[in-house]
Amino acid sequence: MSDATAPDLTWREWLLTDAPTSRRHARLANFYQGWLSLRANSMAMFGLGILVALLLVAMLAPFLSPYDPYVQSLGNRLQPIGAEGHLLGTDSLGRDILSRLIYGSRITLYIVALVALIAPVAGLLVGTVAGYVGGWTDTVLMRITDIFLAFPRLVLALAFVAALGAGIENAVLAISLTAWPPYARIARAETLTIRSADYISAIRLQGAGALRIITKHIWPLCISSLIVRVTLDMAGIILAAAGLGFLGLGAQPPSPEWGAMISEGRRFILDHWWVATVPGLAIFTVSLAFNLLGDGLRDVLDPKDGGE
Amino acid sequence: MSLLDVENLWVRFPTRQGVFDAVRGVSFTLDRERLGIVGESGSGKSMTGRAILRLIRKPGIVEADHIKLEGQNLLDLTEPQMREVRGQKISMVMQDPKFSLNPVMTVGDQIMEAYLLHNDTSKSQARAKSIAMLEAVSIRDPERVMRAYPHEMSGGMGQRIMIAMMLVPDPQILIADEPTSALDVSVQRQVLDIMDGLVKERGMGLIFISHDLNLVAEFCDRVLIMYAGRIVEVCDADRLHEAQHPYTRGLLNSLPRLDQPRKHLEVLTRDDTWAEAESVRGNA
Amino acid sequence: MIALSIRKLDVWFGSDRDRVDAVKDASFEVADGESFGLVGESGSGKSTILKAITGLAPTWSGEITVEGQPLQGGTRNRAFYKTVQMVFQDPYASLHPRHTVDQVLSETLYLHGLAGIDKRVEALLSDVGLGGRFRFRYPHQLSGGQRQRVAIARALAGEPDILLLDEPTSALDVSVQAEILNLLTDLRDEHNLTYLMVSHDLPVIGHMCDRLAVMKDGEIVEVMAADDLRNNTASHPYSQSLLKASAAG
Repeated sequence: MSDATAPDLTWREWLLTDAPTSRRHARLANFYQGWLSLRANSMAMFGLGILVALLLVAMLAPFLSPYDPYVQSLGNRLQPIGAEGHLLGTDSLGRDILSRLIYGSRITLYIVALVALIAPVAGLLVGTVAGYVGGWTDTVLMRITDIFLAFPRLVLALAFVAALGAGIENAVLAISLTAWPPYARIARAETLTIRSADYISAIRLQGAGALRIITKHIWPLCISSLIVRVTLDMAGIILAAAGLGFLGLGAQPPSPEWGAMISEGRRFILDHWWVATVPGLAIFTVSLAFNLLGDGLRDVLDPKDGGE
Repeated sequence: MSLLDVENLWVRFPTRQGVFDAVRGVSFTLDRERLGIVGESGSGKSMTGRAILRLIRKPGIVEADHIKLEGQNLLDLTEPQMREVRGQKISMVMQDPKFSLNPVMTVGDQIMEAYLLHNDTSKSQARAKSIAMLEAVSIRDPERVMRAYPHEMSGGMGQRIMIAMMLVPDPQILIADEPTSALDVSVQRQVLDIMDGLVKERGMGLIFISHDLNLVAEFCDRVLIMYAGRIVEVCDADRLHEAQHPYTRGLLNSLPRLDQPRKHLEVLTRDDTWAEAESVRGNA
Repeated sequence: MIALSIRKLDVWFGSDRDRVDAVKDASFEVADGESFGLVGESGSGKSTILKAITGLAPTWSGEITVEGQPLQGGTRNRAFYKTVQMVFQDPYASLHPRHTVDQVLSETLYLHGLAGIDKRVEALLSDVGLGGRFRFRYPHQLSGGQRQRVAIARALAGEPDILLLDEPTSALDVSVQAEILNLLTDLRDEHNLTYLMVSHDLPVIGHMCDRLAVMKDGEIVEVMAADDLRNNTASHPYSQSLLKASAAG
C-alpha cells in the first residue's frame, strides 16, 4: 500500500516525517500529528464518537426511525418507555418519541451548523479588523460589541425573534446575532498580541497590505482558538435553540425539534415524565459531547503550546 | 566525600518517533568550587542542572545510578522531601528573572515568603534578614526595593534579587542556568562578581551553566564541556584555551575576535564519533 | 554614493507626560556597499533607528534618506521595500508558526511581483545554504540557525540593495553564529549589499563592519572605523569601557 508513494516508508512514517517533500505532504503530516494528539485524549474521542453517531443518525433518519414522526395515533397516546413497538414511548398525540428524536437530530444539526457558520465568522471579521486597524475603527466596533454583550443572550434572541417572527431560520439568525460578540472579543485579543509579532512586521516590510495580513496571517492563528470556543459554546447554542423552541418561538409544531418536544411534554411531566425527559437527555448528551470535544481540541490546536 | 556526586545520569523523553535521550550517562562530582557546564543549545547542559533537582517535567524521565548530596541519594527521596532539598540545600537561578518572580507581589514579600517557608521565625526577623540579603547582592537601597514590584526592576536588578532569594535559606549548592545571558555586558560583570563573592564567603558549591566559553573560562574553577548529552571534555577553567577536544577547539575558534580580523570565521565541522564516544568522567 | 543617510534623527514613543525619547539627534551616513554597525547596550536606541527607517516606528523627526529619496513618517512605498529589507533578531519569532518555508518565500516573491516563483524559491534556498528538502517544513521542524537562514532568504527575495540586520545572531549558538556571519559576508559580496547591523556584541560588529557608531541612552557618542576598535583607539570613555568589558568577556 505504501509502495505508491515511498517504497521504504510505511504510511505512518511518511506522515510523521520531519522532512515533508511537497505542500500536500506537509499539510497531511501536520494534520496527522494533530489527530494523533487528539486520539490520545479518550474523553475527546468519546465526544467525537457521539457526534459522529449523531451525524449518521441524522443522515439515515428515514431508515432508522420505526415510524413517521408526524403521524398521530390518538388511541396510542402517552405510552411509557418500553411499550410494545415504541421503544421510548409516545407523546400526547401518540407520535413515536424515538422517531421524533431521530428526525429532531436533523433540526439540531441544522441549527448548530448554521450558527457555527455565522457567529464565529462575524466575530472573526469584527475582532481582527478592530484589533489590527486600531484607533477609531477599534473603538466603534468594540462599543457595538459591548452593546450586544450587555444584553442577556436569551432576552436579546427573544426580542429578535419577536421582531422577525417565529421559525427555525429566524431562531438561528437571532442566536447568531447574540452569539458573535464573544468571538469578536477573543479574535481582537489574539490579534493584538499577533499584531506586534516579528513575523507580522516582516511581512509588512515586504509591502503586504492590511487585508492580506489579516486574512492570510492573522486569521489562521485566530481560527484555532475560535474553533475551540465554538465547540465549547455549541452546548449553549443547542440550549438556546431548545429554549426558544420551548417558549414556542423557535421551531413550530409539529416539527420534532428537541426543545419544542420538551415544551410539549411539560404538561404531563408529573404523570408521564419520559415525554419531556427523553428529548432533555438527548440535548444533554449532545451538549456534553461538544464540550468534551472542545476540551480535547483546545489541547491540540492551542497555538501557545503548539510546535514540538 | 564530595558535596554532590552524580553517577551515570540519563534524561529521557519518549516521543512519537521513539525515545529521545537528552542526557546520556553523565557522571561528575562537585566540591566547594565553581563548576562550569558549557555546551550549545540541545547539548543537555540545562537538563543536567534540572535533573539534579528532579525538575524534569513529564513525560521526561530521570535515571541515574545515584545523585548523592553529601552521601544522601536524592533519587530515593519522596517528592515532599525533595521539595525541602530544593529550597534548603540546592537553589537554582534561571535565565530570565522576569519569569521567575511573581508579578503581583512586591519583591520584599517574595523574599520574606521564601525565608519564612524555610525558617520558623517572626515576620520582623524575616524582614531584617531579607534586607541583609539584598545588601549582600549589592543593592544600594534595599528598603525601597523591598516595596517595589518586579516590573519596576531592570534586568540586572531582577537577577540580583533572584540570587538574593535563592540565598535566603543558605543553600550548599547553587545551580545557575545562564544567569547572565539576558543582561548587558557591564551588568553581567557585576552579577558575576556578586555570585563569586558569595560562593567564596559561604563555601558553597556552584554549578554554572552557560553557552559562553569565555565567560566560563574566566569565572569558574573547572569546566565540563557537553555535546549531544555527554561530557566530551573536562578541564581546568584557566586552561580552557588549551583544550584538546576538536569540539571545544571548534567552539573557541568560531568566535569572532577583535585582535584577529579575518574574512571568514572558522566553522565547526561536527564529527559523528563525538556523540558516540563514552562520556568523560567529571570527577574533581 | 550614499546608500543611507540619517540626519538629526529623533525618535520617540508616547506623548506628553509619557513621552520616551528613544533616539536623540542621531546622524550618520552609510556609503554604497559599506557595512555599518550600531553598538550599544539594551535600551540605547540602536534597534529603534532600524524601526524608524522601516516605518515600524512612525513618530520621528529629522531626515532619513534612502538612495537619495527622503522618507516620511510611517508610510513606505513599494520602491522602498524593494530597496531596504530587514533580518530580525529572534528567528523563533520572525517566522509565521503556521506557514511552511515554501509559503513564506512564495508569498514574499509574489508580493514583490516577481515571475517564476517556483524556480526562485529553490534558488533562494540554495543561496542561503538550505537544500530543497527544507522547502516544505514548518518553522518548528527547523533549528535556530536554519530559521535564520530562511529569514535571510526572505529578506533577499525582493533583491534589495540595503539589508538591516537587527542582532541577527544573538539568539544563536556560537558555532551557528559563525555560519550565519560567514553567510552574510558571502551574500554581501555576491549581491553587492549594503549592511546596517545592530548588535551589542563588539567582536561581532568588529568582524562584520567597516565603520560603527557607539550609542548610549539614545545618543550616538562616537562614530569610528572598525580599525579604531581593533587598535584600541576609541576616543570616547564609554566606548572604551564597552571595549574593556567585551575584551574581558
